[in-house]
Amino acid sequence: MIERPMSENRGAVVMDEPERTREGSSDAGVAPEAGADAVLQESAKLAEVTRERRRQVKKDADAETVFELKDVAVTYGGSYAVQGVSMSIRKNEITALIGPSGCGKTTVLRCLNRTNDLIQGAKVHGQVLYHDIDLYGPKVEPVEVRRRIGMVFQKPNPFPKSIYDNVAFGPRVGGFKGNMDELVERSLRRAALWDEVKRDLKASAMALSGGQQQRLCIARCIAVEPDVILMDEPCSALDPVSTLRIEELMDELVSEYTIIIVTHNMQQAARVSDRTGFFTVAEGQDEKDHRIGILVEYDLTPTVFTNPSDPRTEAYVTGRFG
Amino acid sequence: MSTLRTQKDASTTPPVSLTSRRGWWHRTRDGAFRGAVTGSVLVGLAVLVALIVQSLVEGWPKLNWNLITSFPSSFPEKAGIQSAIFGTFWMVGIVLVVAIPIGVGAAIYMEQFADTEAWYNRFIDVIIQNLAAVPSIVYGILGLAFLARGFLNLGPVVLTAGLTLSFLVLPVVIIASREALRAVPSSILDGALALGATRWQGVSRQVLPAAIPGIATGSILAVSRAIGEAAPLLLLGALQFITFNPTGLNSSFTALPIQIFNWVSRPNVGFHVAAAAAIIVLLCITLLMNAVAIWLRNRFQQTW
Ligand SMILES: Nc1ncnc2c1ncn2[C@@H]1O[C@H](COP(=O)(O)OP(=O)(O)O)[C@@H](O)[C@H]1O
Ligand SMILES: [Mg+2]
Repeated sequence: MIERPMSENRGAVVMDEPERTREGSSDAGVAPEAGADAVLQESAKLAEVTRERRRQVKKDADAETVFELKDVAVTYGGSYAVQGVSMSIRKNEITALIGPSGCGKTTVLRCLNRTNDLIQGAKVHGQVLYHDIDLYGPKVEPVEVRRRIGMVFQKPNPFPKSIYDNVAFGPRVGGFKGNMDELVERSLRRAALWDEVKRDLKASAMALSGGQQQRLCIARCIAVEPDVILMDEPCSALDPVSTLRIEELMDELVSEYTIIIVTHNMQQAARVSDRTGFFTVAEGQDEKDHRIGILVEYDLTPTVFTNPSDPRTEAYVTGRFG
Repeated sequence: MSTLRTQKDASTTPPVSLTSRRGWWHRTRDGAFRGAVTGSVLVGLAVLVALIVQSLVEGWPKLNWNLITSFPSSFPEKAGIQSAIFGTFWMVGIVLVVAIPIGVGAAIYMEQFADTEAWYNRFIDVIIQNLAAVPSIVYGILGLAFLARGFLNLGPVVLTAGLTLSFLVLPVVIIASREALRAVPSSILDGALALGATRWQGVSRQVLPAAIPGIATGSILAVSRAIGEAAPLLLLGALQFITFNPTGLNSSFTALPIQIFNWVSRPNVGFHVAAAAAIIVLLCITLLMNAVAIWLRNRFQQTW
């Protein structure tokens, strides 16, 4: 895993800054890049309309809880990476996890589908409840967990096979017995990729563009019909147009799925998410002067961006972090 | 910004020079080094070309279909290498069936399932590295002691030779396969696991298929090296005058390098011609296998 140094992250935050001040609103769904073409702006506006509508509806219904994290901490080889994370994640919402590099966003995300189990020396403390079941309980089977809680990675990672086989892999290993062609088409349609690839599903997935590959990974994830989709900086390797497409896609998917997205792009968190959790690193918490990630604030996204309760959150979202 | 401006304003900016500031000695040394490296490549090439040309010139009179379709004979003009070619192919077949599955299996275990920190796995790792460097004659001794004689007592048959060559190429196959498996990014396995695949499903359906071009390339190169080996076969007691093709695993046999060795050591110059021709045939088989390996690599290897 490549870790960005802190300074680089700060650079990214500063670069994002003019855009936000220009619009005068932290929550505006503006085009992600200055100089983006009209099409981009048009679709951004459309997406914003649907988002607003969704949020209106959301406020009325008190959504049920999917994940309940209780004082979660993760150690790698005995030393703490992140500590004291308590949050409850609601059904059919997009939850964004933001914060500087190395503050443990990925680590927390990986707790939610037990992919931390695959790392030698990683250990999860505290309690992660999924629909009131302890995810780390003795009878819980990690493979079953991952089938219900899908994951999309930072770098698109399609299998070096055909588009069709990429989508069909999950259902196949899951023992899917129904009509595979239909499932593949449905998944690709829901991932907004069908029209671009329907002519040749036998084509290699490696030949697709980065944005298409990422949507293929989302389609692949949807094909398993999970309950939750975890996304770890899904747009960080993509251009602005592809990023926008993925964001629109998340917006459509959230009516059926619960989405948790890690991003270090604050505009993205502000644009797509319903709730935002802000993480940071607390320096010198233990005897070895070790840096530990903590959850500073977790609230409705507009609150976090316009009226944060913690000064550290405010410093970060206004670009004065550090 | 400010640093930029001060630099522009400064009147003391040193003039830009792109000419070399290094002395004649450096340049001479560079030149000498380059010469030495080029020289070594040329020497290697020259030896190879000389070998081929010499064999071609000497073996030309016997380089025809009769050589390939005839069996060994006491008369050099009638002698051929059919039984030797078949013996070699039988051994290759045994190596493919025995060494490749075991080697790939071991590589999968070591790359994907073994606890790399455990002392016994590190021990196995070191052993395999060392086994790849053990001279082939030692494998011959092993085959003689444990397969041809000893407990199994198979005798000097084609199965013994095939198994001995399997041991010989096994470490190389394991190392090549491990490298090929390692070249598949871990994100592929992560992706499979995140879709609810078990580790075995992820490895067998995604990682292994992605590594197959590399495994095939490495394995073919290992086998092509093995078919030129004479020493272990001599030790095992491969017969040098066999006028029939192997009919089964416990058939007596001969092989190309054995046949060549035998002919070269005969006083009759006619057999030297036959040996040269057989060398050309052996070289052709090896080069063909290497060509297939390179083609496989260029055609199927995935760039990530
Ligand atoms: N596989 C690992 N082994 C050891 N330490 C790790 C591993 N992954 C992450 N860490 C450590 O955990 C901390 C949090 O990392 P991570 O969750 O990747 O942060 P983020 O995703 O917010 O950038 C970092 O200090 C990092 O060095
Ligand atoms: Mg991360």
